[in-house]
Amino acid sequence: MSALSNSSWDRRTVLRAALGLTAAGGLAACGGNTGRSSGGGSGKNLTQYFHAYGEAGTEQAIKKYAKAYKDANVTTQWITGSNFESKLFASLLTDEAPDCFEFHPQLQMIESGQVADLTDLIDPVKDDFNQADIQSHTVDGKIYGIRMIDDPQFFFYRPSMFEKAGVEVPQTLEELIEAAAKLTTDKVKGAYLGNTLHSMVNPLIWSAGAQHLDDKNQIAYHTDTVVDGFKQLRKLFTSGDLLLDAPTDFWDPSALNQGLTAMQWCGMWAMPQMQEALGDDLGIFPFPKVGDAGKLSVYNGGWSMFVNAKGKNLDATKEYVKWLWIDQKEYQEDWALSYGFHIPPRTSIAESADKLKSGLPAEGVKLFNEYGNFDNIGWTQASITALEDVLANSVRKGGDPDAELTKADAKVNRELKKLFG
Amino acid sequence: MSTITKDGVSSPTPAKASPAKPRRGVRGSPTFNFWLFTGPFLIGLAVFVYLPILWSLYLSFFEARFTVTPSTFIGFDNYVTMLTDEDFMGSLVTFTVFAVFIVPTTWAASLGLALMVNRLRFMRAFFRSVFFLPTAVSYVAASLVWKMSIFSGVRFGMMNTFLSLFGIDNTAWLASPDPPWYWLVILTVRLWLQAGFYMILFIAALQNIPQEMYEAAAIDGAKPGWQTFWHITLPQLRATSTAVILLLLVAAYQAFDEFFNLLHKTTWGRPPLVELYYKALGESQDYGAGSAGALILTVLICLVTLLQGKFLGFGRGEESK
Repeated sequence: MSALSNSSWDRRTVLRAALGLTAAGGLAACGGNTGRSSGGGSGKNLTQYFHAYGEAGTEQAIKKYAKAYKDANVTTQWITGSNFESKLFASLLTDEAPDCFEFHPQLQMIESGQVADLTDLIDPVKDDFNQADIQSHTVDGKIYGIRMIDDPQFFFYRPSMFEKAGVEVPQTLEELIEAAAKLTTDKVKGAYLGNTLHSMVNPLIWSAGAQHLDDKNQIAYHTDTVVDGFKQLRKLFTSGDLLLDAPTDFWDPSALNQGLTAMQWCGMWAMPQMQEALGDDLGIFPFPKVGDAGKLSVYNGGWSMFVNAKGKNLDATKEYVKWLWIDQKEYQEDWALSYGFHIPPRTSIAESADKLKSGLPAEGVKLFNEYGNFDNIGWTQASITALEDVLANSVRKGGDPDAELTKADAKVNRELKKLFG
Repeated sequence: MSTITKDGVSSPTPAKASPAKPRRGVRGSPTFNFWLFTGPFLIGLAVFVYLPILWSLYLSFFEARFTVTPSTFIGFDNYVTMLTDEDFMGSLVTFTVFAVFIVPTTWAASLGLALMVNRLRFMRAFFRSVFFLPTAVSYVAASLVWKMSIFSGVRFGMMNTFLSLFGIDNTAWLASPDPPWYWLVILTVRLWLQAGFYMILFIAALQNIPQEMYEAAAIDGAKPGWQTFWHITLPQLRATSTAVILLLLVAAYQAFDEFFNLLHKTTWGRPPLVELYYKALGESQDYGAGSAGALILTVLICLVTLLQGKFLGFGRGEESK
């Protein structure tokens, strides 16, 4: 018989036990896995949000940098899953909002007072940044974020497969479709553009010689060539030459590395993994031209650090952000080049980075410089979603691209009116 | 109850202590006890249900993008926006298609499993556990297994590997709405996850049917099998069936996880909760329109529930049958 059964469990004992458990629970919560870097700093407690990068070691690296900062305890929330945006936006409405976070420059965040002006931090080193990065973070002369990494996206391909199929690197979208057909076998699909194909929207617009918005912040994407581009993508989608429903999305190199496809749209971040898997049998080329007036294009994505303007520790957060993303060049280089390949936005770091000076990485930098297009800060989440819906409805669902773009125009115009009046 | 003495004679149970006098003060008050036990629940209900509904009602009349404390009153604009929104109205169609398939299919599958397991003479507990276990799996985990392993579009996806044995080419199950293979993926994952739970309900109901009824039917000449099932088993399961159908319908209204994970960022196959998520909590962060949509949906669910109660008689007493 257990000792317990002899115990006298009256109401007071139960109540005491319950209170004890509650207190213990509270204490356990205090000591739980909050992501805090232990033993790192002192004074203020700061929180930073990062999405989960695919490259091994990135989470440890970010936490290592945070731990090295001595003037505050910096907690890192490493957010897994594909909904970083919605988690970030929702948390920014609450008291639990992060003090700083990574995201892309978007005007709505500035308009709603969510991100702080960082001009004073960046101004002293402004000239050492890629000027397109500075421009994409600037509104009315104020700079609202610090670029951490530049991530060019282009096609990666297997030269051996191209050679075997007698295919040249495509210069136009028609040639890409023809190449995909020739490269397709019973084991390998010609091309992989991601499961949603959403990453095709921006390069399609730029390669068709258009822009998302013009200088007056009015719609500039709805052109006949863009409409034709969507039609051609539909042709590719239904051709049977496109890899569909792969286990991982475009940002992961597995489809190319596992021999499921001969060419894949991906980012330079995955280049080391591809080189490790495929050796020299790897090449890159920009998104081909769409239409006669088209031009080759590369999407220069990336991530930037922003400071929560409504944070309780605004000054301390700005100090931390300045320390890590302005002063600590060693960490910035480590972050850009030790895990995947990203181009450091600081010119001095990019120019001295040996890993980017030769071979395929150097070619990636060249494409970035020659054909790169950056995000427009006025192209916000609502507009992004509107054009992603156009792609879904016209390419994957088979609707009329012109009609779908007209529907998107109404949504985008509503957004532009809210942003610019 | 009595106790046995050494002599083997039972001695009378000691008389119970005289009933305690009614407590004085608040602790003895029935009103106090009522609030003591229901208070925490009511507070929870108020804080987590009624307050959000009221706040949602408030938000629905404001321009509330990227804020839950808006200042621009816009009247019924959000309601007009949602009621004229093709995607939101389309989500109601998606729900209808989903419910029309999943409710009867799950009902039939769980009843079939219950009948099968109930007739087993050995290993009944084992098979009951086997069919019930999927209930413990999260919808997200199951959806990912379905998406990345069973219904992956690549040649080594489980279903494609199986079909290749018959010379059938790879199918991209979730890529395109034409043909709508995605329904097969969604319905099978939910069926797998749910059927075991409802099977348990049916097994309990089956075990409550008096054996005498079957014996009497046999004496009257009823053939075992379909005839007995149709005229005895099924009518006896009426109350359970009604409850199961109601629960299935409520679960269908709450469908989110498998649609969200299997059809990530598509414009089709969005039931109302997924549509409202994208509208209010996703990247759009339009809490005004999202709240309006949520309230429209609430009214709709109330109407459907009332209609269902009227037609299926759920909640009516025996005397009213």
